[in-house]
Amino acid sequence: MHRYLAGEEDRRRILAAVGAASVEDLFASIPSELRCGALDLPASRSEDEVRRELWGLAERNLAPDCTACFMGAGVYRHFSPALADALIQRGEFFTAYTPYQPEVSQGTLQAIFEFQTFVCQLTGMDIANASLYDGATAVVEAVLMAHRLVPGRRRVVLAGALHPEHVAVLTTYCEPQGLVLERVSFGRDGRVDGESLAAAMGEDVAAVVVQSPNVLGVIENLAMVGERARGAGAIGVHVVCEATSLGLLQPGGELGFDVVCGDLQAFGVPSAFGGPHLGFFATRQDYLRQLPGRLCGETVDADGRPGFVLTLSTREQHIRRAKATSNICTNHGLVALYVSIVLSLLGKKGVREVALASHAVAEYLKAGLTSNASGVRVAYPNSPSYNEFLVLHDDPDGLLRRLAGEGVLGGVSTARLRGGLPRGVLIAATERNTRDECDRLVEGIGRLA
Amino acid sequence: MAYPQDRRYAKSHEWVHVVGDTATVGITHYAQEQLGDVVFVELPAVGTALVREGAMGNIESVKAVSEVIAPVAGEVIEVNAALEARPELLNSDPHGDGWLVRVRVAPGSESELMTAAEYEVFVAEEGAH
Amino acid sequence: MSAEWRRRRREPTIFERSSPGRVGYQLPPLEVPPADVARTLAGVAVRGEIEDLPEVSEVDVLRHFHRLSQLNYSVDEGLYPLGSCTMKYNPRINEELARLPGLARLHPLQPEEQVQGALALMWELEQALVAITGMARVTLQPAAGAHGELTGMLMVRAACRERNSPRGTVLIPDSAHGTNPATAVFAGFKVVEVASTPAGTLDLEALSRHLDGGDVAALMVTVPNTLGVFEPEIARAAAMLHDKGAFLYIDGANLNAFVGIAQAGAMGADVMHINLHKTFSTPHGGGGPGAGPVAVSAALEEYLPVPTVEKAGDRFALSFDRPRSIGKVRGFYGNFGMLVRALAYIRSLGRDGLKAMAEGAVLNANYVRRGLEQDYHLPYEGSSLHEVVFDDSRQRPAGVKNVDVAKRLLDYGFHPPTMSFPLIVHGALMIEPTESDGIDELDAFVEAMRSIAQESRENPELVRSAPHTTPVRRLDEVRAARSPVLRWRRRT
Repeated sequence: MHRYLAGEEDRRRILAAVGAASVEDLFASIPSELRCGALDLPASRSEDEVRRELWGLAERNLAPDCTACFMGAGVYRHFSPALADALIQRGEFFTAYTPYQPEVSQGTLQAIFEFQTFVCQLTGMDIANASLYDGATAVVEAVLMAHRLVPGRRRVVLAGALHPEHVAVLTTYCEPQGLVLERVSFGRDGRVDGESLAAAMGEDVAAVVVQSPNVLGVIENLAMVGERARGAGAIGVHVVCEATSLGLLQPGGELGFDVVCGDLQAFGVPSAFGGPHLGFFATRQDYLRQLPGRLCGETVDADGRPGFVLTLSTREQHIRRAKATSNICTNHGLVALYVSIVLSLLGKKGVREVALASHAVAEYLKAGLTSNASGVRVAYPNSPSYNEFLVLHDDPDGLLRRLAGEGVLGGVSTARLRGGLPRGVLIAATERNTRDECDRLVEGIGRLA
Repeated sequence: MAYPQDRRYAKSHEWVHVVGDTATVGITHYAQEQLGDVVFVELPAVGTALVREGAMGNIESVKAVSEVIAPVAGEVIEVNAALEARPELLNSDPHGDGWLVRVRVAPGSESELMTAAEYEVFVAEEGAH
Repeated sequence: MSAEWRRRRREPTIFERSSPGRVGYQLPPLEVPPADVARTLAGVAVRGEIEDLPEVSEVDVLRHFHRLSQLNYSVDEGLYPLGSCTMKYNPRINEELARLPGLARLHPLQPEEQVQGALALMWELEQALVAITGMARVTLQPAAGAHGELTGMLMVRAACRERNSPRGTVLIPDSAHGTNPATAVFAGFKVVEVASTPAGTLDLEALSRHLDGGDVAALMVTVPNTLGVFEPEIARAAAMLHDKGAFLYIDGANLNAFVGIAQAGAMGADVMHINLHKTFSTPHGGGGPGAGPVAVSAALEEYLPVPTVEKAGDRFALSFDRPRSIGKVRGFYGNFGMLVRALAYIRSLGRDGLKAMAEGAVLNANYVRRGLEQDYHLPYEGSSLHEVVFDDSRQRPAGVKNVDVAKRLLDYGFHPPTMSFPLIVHGALMIEPTESDGIDELDAFVEAMRSIAQESRENPELVRSAPHTTPVRRLDEVRAARSPVLRWRRRT
C-alpha cells in the first residue's frame, strides 16, 4: 500500500466490519457506465523521484535571487526573514482549517485579530477583514461594496494608471453586475488630471478607484481624488500594490478615502510566480455590515476569560447564501500569518526604515538614469515616486533580454503588462538592492539601450 | 404565554398595535424565541412606504438572518433608535421596548390579522410541527 | 507544553508585548545616499513612524507565535473529520518542493524564456487534472473553491450569451453548500432551489419541470452530494440539461470520493471546479490559501480565463489569444505555490495511489458509519461514499444538540464534524474521516463518539457544558457580534 495510506490489514478488517466482500462493493452506487479504467498518469513515485522531476522543472527557470533584480509592477522582493517561514511551517498552523471551533483554534484566531490590527494601523482605517485572495480581487470587492452602499449608481471611475491586472479582473466581475468602468487617464506628469476627473464625476458614480503609487510608480494626489469622490457622494477607494510604501506615505484612511485595499505581498511574501499573495481590505466603521470576507472579534469564554471568535458571519455565504456580501469563503490565512510575523519583526522602526531605504535606492537609480545620456529617458522626472519609476524605450523587451544576458533583471516591460501604457521599462528598487547592483544596471542600460 | 389583547398578529409573527392612524409594529415573543439572541436589527428609513407582506427589514442572530415582513401597509414615521445600541431589547421585551417601527396606516388595515387568541392557537400548532 | 499552562495563561497580543527600543530585524547598511525626503517627496503627504506598531525582538516574535500555535488543533495532531472539507495529511515533500528558489522566487512578469519550467509545471498539472476528470481543459487561475465556482459560472453565462440565449436561472438542490447560491448571484443569475427526493438525491421530475420554463442556464450539483450519496441519475440529468441548451455544473468539493473510480466527463459535466486543498493535499493553512482549478468540457473551452499555457514542440507559452475568454479572475496565473504542491502529490500517489486514496476514503467513512449507527440517527440510509451524515435526534430528548456533541468531542482530543449543513438535515453531524488514518485511529474516534452518546443519556449536563479541557471554554459569540471588537487598541 502507498506510504500516505493505511495497510492491507486495515482494509480487510474494515471490509469485514461493514459486511462488504470487496472495495468494489462500496462503489456499487456509481453506475458502471460512469466508471473509468486506469488513469492516464504515471505510477506512484518515491520522494526522490518526485524531487528529481520538480528539481528538473525548477532548474529550467531563472531564479531572480541569483541575479540583480529590479522587477516590480505589483510584485516586490523585500525583507524576508527566516523566522516567518519557519513559523508558518508549524503543523499547528498550516495543517489546521478555518477556525470554526474557536476553543481549539485560538492560535489562528488571535493571529487574525493581530493581522486585522496591523492592516488598520498601516491604512489609517477603523476596521479590516481577515484578508482576501490578492490585490486584484480586493479591488473588485471594494467596487462591489460600493455598489451595495450606493445602489443604483452604475459607473465606476478608474482614476489614473491602475494596474492592468486589476483593470482586467474588474472588467470580468463588473459586467454581470451591470457596472460600467470608466477610465480617466493620467496626464503628462503620470498622475490623474484633476479637471478630467471632475468632468467624469456625477451622481451615477458608485466608486472612484485610484492606485497610489500608481502602476507607473508615480505618487498620486490622493487628497484631491478623495475630495472629488466625496463631493460626488461616491465611495473613494485607495489601492496599494506596493504595501511597504505605507511606511512612508500617508494612507487613504487619513486622506478621506472610504476603502484602502490592495496586496501585502511586498512585506516579504515570496513572489511565487504570482501567488499565493495577500489581498487586504480596510474601511470605515460605518461600513462594517457591508464588509466582505471573514472577521475575527474579541469576546470572553464561559469563565469570563478573553478569547477570539469569527464574528458577524451573517454577512457571509454560508449563512446568507444568495444574499451574501461576497461569494468568498476563505481568506489567505497562512499568508496573513506570514505577513503578521514580518510586520512584528519590522515593528515601528523597521516598517519606516524599509520604506526609506527602498525610496533612497530608487532615487539613486533615478538620478543615475537621468544623468545618463544614452538610450533611455525617465518618463516623469518631475513627479514624485516611491521606489519605482518608468524609463521610456522603444524596445523594452529587447533591452531587458540584453540585460538579463549579463545577469541583471532590469525591470518589467510595460508591453508585458498589456495595459496600453507608454513603452518602456518599469524599474523597482528595494532595500535588498546593493549599490553595486544599481551601478551595474545604470551602466548596462547606458551601454545596451 | 398570554399575548397582549390590545393588538393583532400576523402569520409571519409580527404584531401591530394601532392607535388612531398610527400603527406600532414589532415581532412576537414566539418569534424572538425562535431567533435566539438578536445581535443586529436592520430597519427601513423614516419615509419608506411599506407594502403589506413585503420585506421591511432584517433581524440577525449569531448564525441566522430573518426577514421582517410588513404586516400592514403605510409610511414609516418613526423607527426604534434604541435597537441600534441595544438589539437585545428584542429578546427581553419584544412586545414593549423592543418595538421596531411606527407606521401611518389607513383605518382598519390590521383587521385581517389574527387576534391574540387566534395567534396563540396558531403558535401552538406551529410549535407542534 | 502542558495542558495546565494552556488553561492558566493567556498569551498577550504582540502589541501588548511591545517594549520601547526592541527590534526584530536588521537591514544591511544603506550604501546609497539617504533620500532627502523634503525634496524627493515635496508636496506629498508623508507620515512618520506608525503609532502602536510593536517593538519586539526576534525571540519575542518566535515565542509569541509558537505559543499561539500551541492553542490550535490540526491534522498533524489527529483525526479532523470535518465533512466536505477533506482534511487529509499534508505531505512534507510538497512543502520542500514549493520552496525551491527556482519556483518560489520567480517573478510573474519574467520573460517566458526564463520561466519555461514554471510553465511546464502548470501544463503538466493541467494534463493530470484532465486525465483525472475526463474533461477537455482546465484553468488553474482561481484562488479558492468558491472562486473556481464563480469562474465556472461566468463561463456558463458567456456561453449562453454567445448562443444568443441569455438565460437567467440557475438550479441548485436544497442540499447544496451555501457558496453555490452566492456564486450564482455574483455571476448575475437568479437562483431557484430544487427539492431533493426522499433519498436525498436529485429529483429528475422537478428538474424537468424547471427546464420547461426555458430560462435555465445550468444546474449546480455536488457529486457525491453533501450527504455523501452518489447521484445515480447524474448522466440522465446532464442529457436533460443539454437537450434544453443548459449546462451541468459539478461542484468538485467531494472529488476525493471518486478519483480513479469515475470521471466527471463521463457524467456529462460541462464544468467542475476542483479544490486542490481538499483532494490534492495542499494545506488548509488555517483558512487559505487554497486553489480552485476549473475543468471544462469542449463546449466551454473557448471561454476559459486568459492566459492559458500552451505547448509548441518543447516550448511553453502563455496565450492571451482567446477572443471569447471571460477575461481574468485574479492577478497573474493563480496560486502557483499551491499548484506545485498538488503536482507533487499527484506524482507521489500516481494512478494506482490516487485510486487507492479514493478507496481508502470510502472505506474509512463506511467503517465510521457502521461504528456509530447504533448510537446516532442516520436521516438518510442510502449507501454513502466518502462521508456520512448523522443527526442529533437521538440525543435531543436529553437536551443534547449536535453542537454539544461537537464541543464534548474536543475534550476527547478530536476535531468535530461539520454541523452547518446540509440544511436538509436538522442537527447534522457530517463526518468525513478521509483516507489518511488507519483503523486504530478510527476506532479511537468511534469510541469517543459512542462514549459521548452514553454521556448524553446519563449525564447530559456534562456534554452541554463541554468543552472542559480546552485552552478556552465556550465563547460568547453573542457578545462578539453585538459589540464587535475587531482590532487591538491601546487602552487610554
